[in-house]
This record gives sequence, structure tokens and C-alpha cells, in this order.
Amino acid sequence: MTLSEVMNTLDAKALVGNDRLNTIEIKTAFAADLLSDVLAFAKAGSLLLTGLTNSQVIRTASILDIAAIVFVRGKSPPNETLKLAEELDIPILSTKYILFETSGRLYSQGITGCIKKVGGE
Amino acid sequence: MSLKYTNSFTVEGGNFEKAGIASVEIKKILKNMGINGDTLRKIAIAAYESEINIISYAKRGVINVRVTPDFVLLDVEDEGPGIENIGMAIREGFSTASDTIREMGFGAGMGIPNIKNCSDAFELTSEVNKGTHLRVLINISGS
Repeated sequence: MTLSEVMNTLDAKALVGNDRLNTIEIKTAFAADLLSDVLAFAKAGSLLLTGLTNSQVIRTASILDIAAIVFVRGKSPPNETLKLAEELDIPILSTKYILFETSGRLYSQGITGCIKKVGGE
Repeated sequence: MSLKYTNSFTVEGGNFEKAGIASVEIKKILKNMGINGDTLRKIAIAAYESEINIISYAKRGVINVRVTPDFVLLDVEDEGPGIENIGMAIREGFSTASDTIREMGFGAGMGIPNIKNCSDAFELTSEVNKGTHLRVLINISGS
């Protein structure tokens, strides 16, 4: 699924990376409001769905090679966050859907989780 | 390619706004040296989790990076309260994090176990009221 299709599915706005919506392809996603868990479980190339909008989200995504971030629940990130995302080249989408709804919509379109369960399955 | 590199990155305790700057830089440098894929990601995660730990708990610390043709060593030393019970600290879910740390999205007790998972060799020593010393080795052969 391209970022542009993700955007349509989530009725989202692109805040950063407008020019790359059709070139970035997504297969997996990870949803969390806890960066510790993102760091432990998210896979490279995944979409990160989160309600956290601080700079740490962007740096965490950069460390993990996250393909793009979706801010859920209509959160509007501080300017520093968007500036850092541009600097580190990470596309940002924003949707009004809640985390559960966001995940469900993407899942029904074929996006799967980074892992199914913890413990190596 | 003959990989050889050493550098030190100082990290200031309590400065959450700067959390991750050193690690993003370390990742960029290693990537430019030709380290990539899963190996680069493991090094970056270990460096980042270490950096977050210094910021969350210590007064100050330093991340020493040493690259050889065979491995990358992250030697992380901090001045701070130390870890009272290392056995607990390496257990998933155990945390002594403050509310500030949790508000940033960290402090779930996954940091040290995650560093360990990313490493090929791992050594953690600590002296209470003095500081913590973490050594993480990640092999780069075959990457």
C-alpha cells in the first residue's frame, strides 16, 4: 500500500513528505503510545501509528528506519516535531481517527502487524 | 574496506529535549562508513536506549564508539545513582522511571533488555551512587 493510499484510507493530511506519498510502499505497521515498546518491537520499513507528538517520536523513527508516522486522534504536533521530521526525512500524516480505528482500517486493507505476538512468533 | 573509527559522545542527564541527538549522529556516521541493514539498526537501537538511560537517570555520561573491521563496541559510562539491582534491571517490564520519563514515552522497563537483545556480547556493571558502565558489542561481519 502506498502512503497516498494510506492517506485516503485514513482520511488523513500529509504534514511532511507530500512529495513522496506515491513512492513509499508500506506492508507492516506498529501502533503504540509507548516508545519503549516501539523500540523493542517495530520493524524497519513499517508505518508507526501513535498519539505521541514530541521530538522523541521522530528520533525513534529515524533510529528504527520507520517509513512514515501517522499521528492519530487529530493531534497536531508542535512545530519542532515537524521541523525535525523534515530534517530527518520522515513523512508525517495526521488523521482524526482514534488508534483502534486507524489500525483496523489499515488492517482491513492488508497491512499487517510487525509481529503477531511477543515471544518470537 | 578497512573499518576503523573511534569517537566519544557526551550526554547531559535530564535534558530530554536533546534525547537521541547523539544516537542519530552515531547512526549517520556508521551508515556513511558502509555499515547498514539489520546490523546498523541494532547498533542504533542500543546507542539510543543507552542515551535515553543516561538522560533519564544519570547526571552525565559518555557513549564511546569504537569500530573495527569485525565489530562495533559501544562503551557507555555514566555518573549517577547507579543500578541497585542489575538482575531486576535486565528483566523486561521492571522500571524505576519517573513520571517525566513516562510522559516522553519511555520508562516501560524495556530498555536494558532491548539493548541486550541487540547485542552479541553485553556487560553491565554498576556502583550505587557512583554510576553505571555498559559495554555492548555488535558483530559486523557479513553485513
